[in-house]
Amino acid sequence: MIGGTKIAGVVAILALAAAPYAIKEIYYVNIASQILLYAIFALGLSVLVGYAGLVSLGHAGLFGVAAYAAAYLLAAGYGHAVAVLAALAIALLATAAFAALSLRATGISFIMITLALGEILWGLAYRWISVTNGDNGINVATRPEPFGLPLVSARGFYGATLVVFLLAVAATAIFVRSPFGAAVCGTRDQPRRMTALGYHVWMIRFWTFMFSGLLTSVAGILFVYYNQFISPQALALAASAEGLLMVISGGAGTLLGPVVGAALVVVVKNVVSGYIERWNFMLGAIFVAIVVFMPEGLVPGAVRLARAAWRGISRARTEARAPFAEPKP
Amino acid sequence: MTFWLLLTVNSVTFGGLLFLLSAGFSLIFGLMRIPNLTHGSMFMAGAYLGTTLLAGTLGFTLDFWLASVIAALEVAILGGLMERLLLRRLAGQQLAQVLVTLGVSFMVADLCLMGWGGDPVSVATPAGLGGFARIGAAVFPLYRIAVILIAVVFAVALWLMLERTRLGAMIRAGVDDPQMARVVGIRVSRLFTIVFALGAGLAAFAGMIGGPILSVYPGLDQDMLPLALVVVILGGTGSLLGSFVGSIVIGFIYNFGQALVPELAYFVLFLPMVLVLVLRPQGLFGGQIL
Repeated sequence: MIGGTKIAGVVAILALAAAPYAIKEIYYVNIASQILLYAIFALGLSVLVGYAGLVSLGHAGLFGVAAYAAAYLLAAGYGHAVAVLAALAIALLATAAFAALSLRATGISFIMITLALGEILWGLAYRWISVTNGDNGINVATRPEPFGLPLVSARGFYGATLVVFLLAVAATAIFVRSPFGAAVCGTRDQPRRMTALGYHVWMIRFWTFMFSGLLTSVAGILFVYYNQFISPQALALAASAEGLLMVISGGAGTLLGPVVGAALVVVVKNVVSGYIERWNFMLGAIFVAIVVFMPEGLVPGAVRLARAAWRGISRARTEARAPFAEPKP
Repeated sequence: MTFWLLLTVNSVTFGGLLFLLSAGFSLIFGLMRIPNLTHGSMFMAGAYLGTTLLAGTLGFTLDFWLASVIAALEVAILGGLMERLLLRRLAGQQLAQVLVTLGVSFMVADLCLMGWGGDPVSVATPAGLGGFARIGAAVFPLYRIAVILIAVVFAVALWLMLERTRLGAMIRAGVDDPQMARVVGIRVSRLFTIVFALGAGLAAFAGMIGGPILSVYPGLDQDMLPLALVVVILGGTGSLLGSFVGSIVIGFIYNFGQALVPELAYFVLFLPMVLVLVLRPQGLFGGQIL
């Protein structure tokens, strides 16, 4: 099985690397870049939602802090390296504050606090006009040229995003499979027992939040370079909800799930927006439908069905546990 | 002097509106253990429905107060239906319920945008309340005074309902310990519907009577929901007194913030939240319903 997974992984990476050359139209290359950058965002959120059992509705705020910090510094005339590193540092500081406050609670109260904090960041982006330029947003004139490779073209940008994406996937895989990752799952399932075993539950959650914030900030910086523009919309509650939809539609607590979810949401959003202007309505409707009818997400659902088919149909009816059911204290 | 006095009146008025919004939010949270993320949408939907009743596009024109009450009843019925048809299916799965309320809030926002367009709709101040009251040198807008009075009346009525009536006793029992309440024969699931509809109606009513002050525009829901959240985080969940005190505090902070540091008006809300979360995470009055 492991050999098979590895081969599948290598094939997938090669396919991803070859994709922009197989696709003729730039439009689709750009969609692919969007999928990858949102997949990084979704991976970051998934670490928190799926592994630590903490559902955040404020992650678009952190995404936005990184994007705005980068855009502001670039507009102020700093170089790309300085802007990116400083944006990461600022976003991580914001994440630390965010985590310190929201981790005063868990469960439903955690959602409320992250939502309120995210909305406050949105309000800041919207009204702090002297820094954020309000509704008009900030333009970013150029894309960087890391190691002399220009990212101006859609294919060049896709390549860079792919590299960052693969690094993010690898980092997440190492994170969740490490002993620390096991401890994170422990704090989700049995926080009291973990405390009794001598683990510092709060600290484990805090560092998980920081890791999640790091991936989110990286995605935010890619976003601002992709669009070369940032406006308060990127921080709106709808953006946080989109991220959460990617995570739960793909399946929280899996490595592949958020990636599939990101692809699904980006494709549906672009296809739907091409025909009707009612994306938010669709977002809400899909959200409700997935939560009500397919609470486990698409990837675990598909895996469950495939395994059940493999073993024989008789056990196909085993109830799937909803991944975000509240653990009993 | 007049500036500060007027700002104070505005703050208390806004606090009153916030109380009408967050009292229902807090009660729903206390009983069902979920933050109802459609609460901002209900506020906005109530205001939009009310303006339609006022505008006469339906062939008749209603009095402002009648329109407010009818809009509130309409939204209350919709809220009750939502609880029965959607949230009930997910009984016991709080996280799923929260996500459903979030999904519905996007649908409502988009439907309102479809129905009423993107331009703000202003609401005329009801007849007879457009003037000012003079007390000494100070001048107070009558309508704002009326809103404060309405909020106080509702606060007292809600308190009496919770404290003195059979329904209130059942709600208190449900908030305290839903399982024991079920054991002694209280139909807690019916209470869910009643409280959800009540909260929705109160939010819609607040939206409509807030109309002449705030006007109605797309995104009003997103402006109001965080305020309700902050009020409840501040006051403590499920506490009527908490939402009252929290609303007044936030009313002051928000209005003074907007007048003094307009660019950071939203950000100053952060400060009381930080203080409460650090010093008293359960909220100022957390754990007590009244």
